[in-house]
Amino acid sequence: MSDFAASLATAASLIVEVEPRLVQTVLLSMQVSGTATLIGASLGLGFGAWLAVARFPGHAVLVGALNTMLAMPSVVLGLVVYLLLSRAGPLGEWGLLFTPTAMVIAQSLLVVPLVAALARRLVLSALAEGGDQLSSLGAGPLTRAALLLAHERYGVLTVLLTAFGRAIAEVGAVMIVGGNIDGVTRVMTTTIALETSKGDLPLALALGIVLLSVVAVLNAVIGLLQWRQQGRGAPAEAWA
Amino acid sequence: MDDLNRTPNSHLAPARPRRAPGRRMLGAFLVLAAACAAFGAVPAAAQERFIVMASTTSTEQSGLFGHMLPAFKQATGIDVRVVAVGTGQALDTGRRGDADIVFVHDTAAEEKFVADGFSTARRNVMFNDFVLVGPKADPAGAKGSDIAAALKKLAAGGQPFISRGDKSGTHAAELRLWKAAKIDLATAKPAGYRECGCGMGPALNMGSATNAYVLTDRGTWLAFKNRGDLTILVEGDKTLFNQYGVMVVNPAKHPHVKAALAQQFADWVVSPAGQSAIAGYKVGGETLFFPNAAP
Amino acid sequence: MKELQGAARSALASLRPPLVTLRNAGVRYGPQQALQGVDLTLRRGDRLALVGANGSGKTTLLRLLHGLPGAGGVQGERVAHALTAESGETRPCRFAMLYQRPFLLNFSVRWNVLVGLWLQRPPGMDGPARAARCHRALERVGLASLAARRARTLSGGQQQRLALARAWALAPDVLFLDEPTASLDPGAKREVESLIAEFADDGVTLVMSTHNLGQAKRLATRVAYLEAGRVLADLPVDRFFRGDELPEPARQFLRGELPWTT
Repeated sequence: MSDFAASLATAASLIVEVEPRLVQTVLLSMQVSGTATLIGASLGLGFGAWLAVARFPGHAVLVGALNTMLAMPSVVLGLVVYLLLSRAGPLGEWGLLFTPTAMVIAQSLLVVPLVAALARRLVLSALAEGGDQLSSLGAGPLTRAALLLAHERYGVLTVLLTAFGRAIAEVGAVMIVGGNIDGVTRVMTTTIALETSKGDLPLALALGIVLLSVVAVLNAVIGLLQWRQQGRGAPAEAWA
Repeated sequence: MDDLNRTPNSHLAPARPRRAPGRRMLGAFLVLAAACAAFGAVPAAAQERFIVMASTTSTEQSGLFGHMLPAFKQATGIDVRVVAVGTGQALDTGRRGDADIVFVHDTAAEEKFVADGFSTARRNVMFNDFVLVGPKADPAGAKGSDIAAALKKLAAGGQPFISRGDKSGTHAAELRLWKAAKIDLATAKPAGYRECGCGMGPALNMGSATNAYVLTDRGTWLAFKNRGDLTILVEGDKTLFNQYGVMVVNPAKHPHVKAALAQQFADWVVSPAGQSAIAGYKVGGETLFFPNAAP
Repeated sequence: MKELQGAARSALASLRPPLVTLRNAGVRYGPQQALQGVDLTLRRGDRLALVGANGSGKTTLLRLLHGLPGAGGVQGERVAHALTAESGETRPCRFAMLYQRPFLLNFSVRWNVLVGLWLQRPPGMDGPARAARCHRALERVGLASLAARRARTLSGGQQQRLALARAWALAPDVLFLDEPTASLDPGAKREVESLIAEFADDGVTLVMSTHNLGQAKRLATRVAYLEAGRVLADLPVDRFFRGDELPEPARQFLRGELPWTT
């Protein structure tokens, strides 16, 4: 138990001291995962919405494959991206390995299936409620999907937060494609892994607490925005 | 009320309608996107001179690079980006051309690397030694300065022993030592032998948690904080000598490699400046690595 | 000669042209025959009420007349006639539908009407024209003051009025209504009914399914009775409620719903 107490104290002092290297590492984590979430959102929302309304032979197979991708271990994905971006691989000329860009690519690939699967669910349930009426207004299938995504925008926000959480918490992919280079591709999770392997467990735990605190603040800010939006004459939609 | 000129297929609307009401969220989205674009500007600024060095976890985790590389940067303005993995993976990184220079500690594997044409030359840089750490109580009675004898006692006693099992330099050295002690791991694995397939730090963590014996390099051990009940039991044996070598990846195999810049590092690390930087790195007053580049 | 042709055409146009014709039409959902053997012609200016028990096929018939794609297979013939204006131009018939519980998007009242206009893109309407039409529609139903409010915060009656505004803004030729007041309290029911009557007075053809016979009496000029997927009676409203021309099942239905009719 003393380990936990020591870590909490360390975490508090780390946050208060605002040490530049720690700040840089946190910022890099947020930027990499944030960018990956945005990319995942733009690709995943459209794909998920399309999957909810499209009908073609093999549709069920595609949905099954998508759901399987949800269980993709991040380290396996990292390995695949590594082999693609390695100089010895097909995309080696781009010289992206061991850069933050490679980390963004890996995390985007991790996040797209998640966003797509959840968006599909969101659109399907909204379609059950209002798809018919939108159809009677003259909306085609893709338009219905897009309108319902806009209609369910708080649900979409939750999906994006989930995706961001998945991205910022993973270590396997960014470790392999980023190389955990000090000052260049070292993010919070890889730093925690490094400190753990160096045997400095209290520090590793403290860094974990710092990471969680940062994400908690982000969630609180978004929750506050949602609450203020809903305060303007909207019904009590729960934290969707 | 009668609009006559409506086209017959006007119920087929375009795919994406305007999302006017989400204006606030759109604004937030754009701010976020701008922040991420700003992030894109950062690596652009870092287009200074840099090389990628594939090295091992022992050099990184011992803190040597943190001490040595700033000196090199000051001297030459070249940034060294260290990817610290096991020796096997580091050599593979070099083979693929994903690194410009390789700095590991497995002479046999390095010589093969050169023989295969992935580097034109390997040079000695420094050495440190391995030590056998184990529980203070030393149930196997391994303490002393003879590693072969200690390993034999371990095999006989069956006490827990953690092997890295990850094709690292340390793992290769460990296998050589068992062989030298005439113990065939394939047929007569000691009862307590455990392979974790992990780096030095995690292996030590495991050893500390299970009170096991672990073969480690002194550098990592000195910097390791989670010792638990472990202490150095065997040291000083000549066969525990651990040689580090540096190799520039051959531009003939990988033309994009920054051979000139990498060569500057290779030259610097064996030069008096580099060698004294190595010698100057101490943890708790103890020197971890001993420079031994051929003059 | 041209004048004669023009006069003939306007004479024709002022008759009640058919809008949708069903000949031996039916709808089948898998093993279930939801509708069969329907011969019905919807004419301009009709105010047709479809009555019958739940499950009798009212909604299916409504959707078939509208032409909404359903999950079922359509049998027989459905013809949607084009409309001819005095100038001789033809255009297809425009339909709009009102549901028992309107689905409103999670945006403002105004935006819900604009969505309909945006989707159907009435030609010759640019942004400001659409905004004006939207405003007029909201005024018509008495919701102009609530235009900026979030649609889902409206009461049931207000939501149905919003749905009416949405439909009205599209200038439909036929308004289909699927039990439009079944979920409303009496006050809201009266408001919505009076709006529907106004629309009909404006020249919109109505097809309404209801199990409120009083409503059918108030709003309809023609009543059709359905049972088990068949149209058993299709009469002008007075003759329907007199009861003597009705087949026995229909008469029993009337008796059950309105005990004071024969």
